[in-house]
Amino acid sequence: MAYQQHFRVWRGDAEGGELADFDAEVNEGEVVLDIIHRLQATQAPDLAVRWNCKAGKCGSCSAEVNGRPRLLCMTRMSTLDPDETVVVTPMKTFPVIRDLVCDVSYNYTKAREVPAFVPPKELQPGEYRMQQVDVERSQEFRKCIECFLCQDTCHVIRDHEENKESFSGPRYLMRVAELDMHPLDAAAEQGVDRKAGAQDDHGLGMCNITKCCTEVCPEHIKITDNALIPMKERVADRRFDPFFPIAKLFGRRWAS
Amino acid sequence: MTEIERHGYDVVVIGAGGAGLRAAIEARELGKRTAIISKSLFGKAHTVMAEGGIAASMGNINSRDNWQVHFRDTMRGGKFLNNWRMAELHAREAPQRVWELETYGALFDRTEEGKISQRNFGGHEYPRLAHVGDRTGLELIRTLQQKIVSLQQEDYAQYGDYEANLKVYAECTVTEILRDGGAIAGAFAYWRETGRFVVFETPTVVLATGGIGKSFKVTSNSWEYTGDGHALALRTGASLINMEFVQFHPTGMVWPPSVKGILVTESVRGDGGVLRNSEGKRFMFDYIPEVFTSQYADSEDEADRWYEDADNNRRPPELLPRDEVARAINSEVKADRGSPHGGVFLDVSDRMPAEVITKRLPSMYHQFMELADVDITVGPMEVGPTCHYVMGGVQVDPDTAASSVPGLFAAGEVAGGMHGSNRLGGNSLSDLLVFGRRAGTGVASYVDSLTARPAINGHDVESAAAAAVNPFGDGTESARENPYTVQQDLQQTMNDLVGIIRKADEMELALKKLDELRSRADTVVVEGHRQFNPGWHLALDLRNMLAVSECVTKAALQRTESRGGHTRDDFPAMDPHWRQVVLVCTAGSDGVEVACEQQPAMRDDLLELFERTELEKYYTDVELPEESL
Repeated sequence: MAYQQHFRVWRGDAEGGELADFDAEVNEGEVVLDIIHRLQATQAPDLAVRWNCKAGKCGSCSAEVNGRPRLLCMTRMSTLDPDETVVVTPMKTFPVIRDLVCDVSYNYTKAREVPAFVPPKELQPGEYRMQQVDVERSQEFRKCIECFLCQDTCHVIRDHEENKESFSGPRYLMRVAELDMHPLDAAAEQGVDRKAGAQDDHGLGMCNITKCCTEVCPEHIKITDNALIPMKERVADRRFDPFFPIAKLFGRRWAS
Repeated sequence: MTEIERHGYDVVVIGAGGAGLRAAIEARELGKRTAIISKSLFGKAHTVMAEGGIAASMGNINSRDNWQVHFRDTMRGGKFLNNWRMAELHAREAPQRVWELETYGALFDRTEEGKISQRNFGGHEYPRLAHVGDRTGLELIRTLQQKIVSLQQEDYAQYGDYEANLKVYAECTVTEILRDGGAIAGAFAYWRETGRFVVFETPTVVLATGGIGKSFKVTSNSWEYTGDGHALALRTGASLINMEFVQFHPTGMVWPPSVKGILVTESVRGDGGVLRNSEGKRFMFDYIPEVFTSQYADSEDEADRWYEDADNNRRPPELLPRDEVARAINSEVKADRGSPHGGVFLDVSDRMPAEVITKRLPSMYHQFMELADVDITVGPMEVGPTCHYVMGGVQVDPDTAASSVPGLFAAGEVAGGMHGSNRLGGNSLSDLLVFGRRAGTGVASYVDSLTARPAINGHDVESAAAAAVNPFGDGTESARENPYTVQQDLQQTMNDLVGIIRKADEMELALKKLDELRSRADTVVVEGHRQFNPGWHLALDLRNMLAVSECVTKAALQRTESRGGHTRDDFPAMDPHWRQVVLVCTAGSDGVEVACEQQPAMRDDLLELFERTELEKYYTDVELPEESL
């Protein structure tokens, strides 16, 4: 059931580049990464692509297929029209190194700026007790495979390079939320205010909850609904906000 | 030659998976300036692929569990060929290593009491695997990655430099380890991004490079698993043991072809999944070997009762060690009782409600849905054996992870001995933590013991650089091999001739083919330039893949018995005389040389953990302890 399909793959480096045309064989069950590998083995041995597990678990092969941020290993050819040209380009938000490989160091820089988990002093290893229902909120965020597709699609940095300095992107705002929701994180005792950090150091306020990050997440993490919006609420709870005190007042009235 | 980038460290760890990161954390906490060198981005190592869990006898589900039971299970799983001291340290220290992860921020699934939940797995007597759904490896790698970051934050607070004492060199490949006299002096590497060379001046190298599975066609391993650490150790003068033992995981995906080999976690069986052939029969009951009859149920009724009452029933045979299950599936397929795409059926859909399946096995649900259009909550998966793990590796001192080369250490899959002839599921992640940490302490005390820093010989750097650019050729080549073709032919050769079932004549043919492939690899010429050039990277990895393939084949040809991850069609029985023998591979002038070495005898107090009747199944009469009266 093999058939031929036309591909345009971006080739170039930091200096510039262009879409290169290829015709390649496609077999049943294949994913876009299989085709890229076939091109390497038969037509373009130096075509650069980052990949590791080819099973959707490591988040290395992020790129854009027909303009949509995708994992190449989880994009099945059967979901694309065989008569259409398939355009494969590197992630737009990050600088290109070569071909489909980007410089994703922005993400590692941001990761280092999130204060680490602080273990509770009074508990020794082996003494941690947590209920499943309490760990589940943070566990959802820890499913993240760091493919950086949410970062790639987020228009705050996709269209505005200048925001990268002050905005950490959905991945790292979610990391702050994950730590804030960790049942045993003792950061507050050390004077670390994760809510203030989300707002002041990581630019939570710049997110205007368009949910683009949630849409592209290959792990189906509800980044906006479960991490970013609750984080915004927690921040608002502790700061002056004309809406929340009034809402609270009504809340008490209605409850009584 | 242009000036080469140079860095000085106390400790250089090659590999950023579980073992490498744990070793680096320990070395850094002991005050050593440490570098981690990784072929991939930070956090992408093969450890993320581990699904089921981390084996540690915390006893959170069944309080009868303890390190002695874990030790016994590990020795049985490895058919008593394990280095018993490693198995002992591993079983004793695993719980502490898991609990430590919680202090780094890990979030495991919980029991009702709020403790770490533990699940059943093949070969483990009690529920023992700490887990997070079926993505435990991701949790492990992320936790260690975040611990590294927290150590870097401490350095930033103190020195204003995140990388003052601990730096990750991501997408950087080591091609040669450099020595001063006999001892380690440094490592030679190239940046994948630019192709530029970099030299690390260091008295110590910890190999934590993982396995060799990419030498086989059907494998659950990623491109990184080219046996780099195994080959570097050989070239540096260290020895490899147990290389004939390669684990074929019983359940890999078999369809569609492009995903053939991708792992289907053993948790599916641990949580109640059953294996059936095309006749609908639960065939594993026909494959319980004599050594395991006392622990495994011989009827479906008893097997099913075990899930509810493990103390009064024997375990289902689907949970036999991996080597047994893989061979059984292989036999069913060969007897024409396989599934349409050449596997067998693994079914969990009629054993648990859909919502339990998607909760306990979310990645498997996702993987089959998206890659094979199969909904595992309503029907069976098709599965078959896939090359998964190499038990063989660098011969190390159990307590310190030191190899025979001064300054060279190894931990994790690249180290040999711990798992004997077959590794139990879940024992890999615990191995990474236990021996990663031990390598960290071992390397730190080695550094402390040095009176002078070794020096790198300039000539060695020049020849390493020349070897690295060799695949670009000089334009005068008459034959020009494509690295991808050589790799594919190697994978086919190992799969067909040194795979799950082996024969002398096939392995002799494999050795001939490996010779030819080596000559072809010498004539590989790559196109393009040095900047992120996958063809060039593969050309450099090829010689490592060829070296480890030669070790596997030569050792497998010598061992004339079947045991664990080494099955000989021409010698189908396990032979107690071979139990005491470890095959040791070293680099000789004419390729890999294999020698026999005697296994050290197990300490008496450990031997006493086993019934004499059980030992009789594995030991020769002269080895058995005196019968007490």
